[in-house]
Amino acid sequence: MSAPHIPILRQGRVYKSLDVQTVNRLGSTEAAAEISFACADMIKYDLQKMGQARAILKAMKSEDLIEITKKAGEIFLHDDLPIGVDGALQSPEDYVLSLAATSGLPHSLIRMNMKRLGGIFGQIDTIFRGLTRGLDIAVLDKGYGEQGGSPVSFSASTNELAVILPSNSPAVNALWIPSIAMKVPVLLKPGREEPWTPWRVIQAFIKAGCPPEAFSLYPTQHDGSGVIIRRAGRVMLFGDDSTVKQYEHDPRIEVHGTGYSKLLIGEDEIENWRDYVDTIVESISANSGRSCICTSTVVVPKYGDEIAKVVAQRLAEIKPLAQDDPEARLSGFANPKFAEWINEAVESGLKSGGATDVTAEFREGERFQERDGMNYLQPTLVRCQSFDQDLAIREFLFPFASVVECPQSEMLDKIGPSLVVTAITRDMDWINQLFDCATIDRLNIGNVPTNRIQWDQPHEGNLFEFLYTRRSFQIALSA
Amino acid sequence: MSPDEARSQLDAQVRETIQWHFSPETGCPFWLDWAKTAGWDPRQEIKGYEDIIKFPHFQDEWLRDEKNERFVPNAYKYRPFNVFETGGTTGLPKQRVGWDDYKHDYEQFSDTLSDEFFPRGGNWIMVGPTGPRRLRLAVEHLANHRGGSCYFVDLDPRWVKKLILRKEYDQAERYQAHVMEQAVEIIKHRDIKCIFTTPKLLASIGERISIPSHGLRGCFCGGTSMTPEYVRFLQEEVLEDKAQFVPTYGNTLMGLAVSIPEELKQNQYSVTYYAPQPRAVLRIVDADNTEITKDYGEYGRVELTTLTKEFFMPRFLERDEAIRRKPHAKYPWDGVGDVRPFGAMTKTVIEGVY
Repeated sequence: MSAPHIPILRQGRVYKSLDVQTVNRLGSTEAAAEISFACADMIKYDLQKMGQARAILKAMKSEDLIEITKKAGEIFLHDDLPIGVDGALQSPEDYVLSLAATSGLPHSLIRMNMKRLGGIFGQIDTIFRGLTRGLDIAVLDKGYGEQGGSPVSFSASTNELAVILPSNSPAVNALWIPSIAMKVPVLLKPGREEPWTPWRVIQAFIKAGCPPEAFSLYPTQHDGSGVIIRRAGRVMLFGDDSTVKQYEHDPRIEVHGTGYSKLLIGEDEIENWRDYVDTIVESISANSGRSCICTSTVVVPKYGDEIAKVVAQRLAEIKPLAQDDPEARLSGFANPKFAEWINEAVESGLKSGGATDVTAEFREGERFQERDGMNYLQPTLVRCQSFDQDLAIREFLFPFASVVECPQSEMLDKIGPSLVVTAITRDMDWINQLFDCATIDRLNIGNVPTNRIQWDQPHEGNLFEFLYTRRSFQIALSA
Repeated sequence: MSPDEARSQLDAQVRETIQWHFSPETGCPFWLDWAKTAGWDPRQEIKGYEDIIKFPHFQDEWLRDEKNERFVPNAYKYRPFNVFETGGTTGLPKQRVGWDDYKHDYEQFSDTLSDEFFPRGGNWIMVGPTGPRRLRLAVEHLANHRGGSCYFVDLDPRWVKKLILRKEYDQAERYQAHVMEQAVEIIKHRDIKCIFTTPKLLASIGERISIPSHGLRGCFCGGTSMTPEYVRFLQEEVLEDKAQFVPTYGNTLMGLAVSIPEELKQNQYSVTYYAPQPRAVLRIVDADNTEITKDYGEYGRVELTTLTKEFFMPRFLERDEAIRRKPHAKYPWDGVGDVRPFGAMTKTVIEGVY
């Protein structure tokens, strides 16, 4: 298949720009896609008209949108869907190959992420119930109703959910999929190397019967992203700690940043630590360690050296393999410089003392590897002497974690903000303290890998509450 | 006019300009002093435009550091002059003295405008940098020359640049909104047919009101570079394909290089500008060896030579790059296409902020 042209979608209308950029296959000069770029002012104009798209979705029955979403999931997973502007079709396998070619993700991980996305579509009614605490979805059609015997009314806080998507993780598209069933159109800015997933999800929705007007897709430069962030009614974006800080007081913006997710073993379970090695390895390395829900710090009351050694040995088995190797679990970097920068940051942390790279003893070769024209970082587990070490609480875009020893009684004071905490314990007093800990966003008690999440619960914010505001209302009996 | 005739006309203008600026009776102190130390007499050696290369590049610091009086030709020394400024984000901006050049330039430009879209007798509005800029007087003269009056809304680009450098984007947007409110009020309540503004401000006005629905039929635009996609956006969406978009390239030192608006669409909105020859010449040069003119179709740095009795400026290197384009039947000399800031592909340039 020749390189498809990914156009701009303006409320579903295909727009081929004169500003076209080519994305090459990684490690090659062969074009993988041509992408139409939108100018910032065009986005400003279109944002003003998003009320029209919202009106179209609002006029539909929520029940129908739920069914469309479920159907779209099956289509996303199994159907050939339009790609580009010339009537070409993309099979699910073509999708895997295209995404692999520009993102560096192994086919096996792309398939895993596809399945995960498919699950989001399929569970839409459960997700809606979970996020709304059991609200009858018909309330969105009527505008008001009852919940738990009390009158409720909700109004949309925005005409669009804008999402500035990254290039390194197709699964993040899961975050916006439920917006359609919630009758809020989406405005997506794809990552430069990853237009494939948002495009395919959109096409699946349209084929399932969703009005195309619900979808806007704007590949754009930095100034275009700036317009989206400044002007859209609700914005999700992905960034580091500085981005999170920049927008922490803006209620329109939800930043998905670093997770600093952690796995804790309690004093009551530490003697059984060998039973939890699989969980620790999965938590660190799932999705090539790229998710904010991957564990970056393992905190134990004792046996830190022993645990680090066994986990490091297991992590070292994960190696750069050919992208189409079914066993491949490690992603290359689309931007080769990233691998170099990250490797330098790890090395610098190690040089500052108090930390040892335990994986170095088990892995083949250096952490930084080149293969098939791509750069890789081999999994790394560092044993840190205390939380004061630079690498004790760090998160990188590859399977990386630290192991730190700390008395159970001090753990909650030391771990800091954590998107996910898995606490392996049966100690009810400590469990109660964990539930009470304000810096833990998502809590798993027991042997649950941090990367396994239920989408019917809020993830870095509750999407329904982000998109809707509950209003007080009364209707006079005579009305 | 054929390309050969255009070339003869240019060569004649070069000879006449050199004679004027390097003769003690008519020339200015700056060039007369320069000739004394140059070791050669331009009046003897410059026979046509090709010889201009014997001059070094005109340095923009000269317009900042030299007293303005040193650029006053002796022939004009009893006439008070206008002082026009360019850019100037920090420190003393560049200044150019002038008398009637702006009138000639804009009358010449007026001849290129369509009476259908820029109707004679129609009023104008200028939204953009006024203050010490030549544009302020030039646009009003253009309006008057075509039988109309001109309204003004000022915007201070130096302040906007400072806000952007400080990353105070919200303030920049608020300032722009403040300017827009004034412009929209005038457009709504006065009978205006034509507008001069910058591309960004035009788009910003169009966000607030339908420009053609308020009676505007022609938009003369200049100030910053525009990609073909942006030109298309302005013509098709901001002006709704009902008013005519007339992009120009120019500055205080040159006058106006014009485009051919009626051919924009067929050229995929890639704009080619033609200098107001023979009063000014644009050449696309190799940035590393500026004596070499680039081939047609190649990007190079823009070099400007201004050749009027009021101002002689040889081989000034603009802060822009562009594609060298072939002569057009309407303008039988080289054009410059798809202008963008020099080095735009390799560094971030704050440009097009207003």
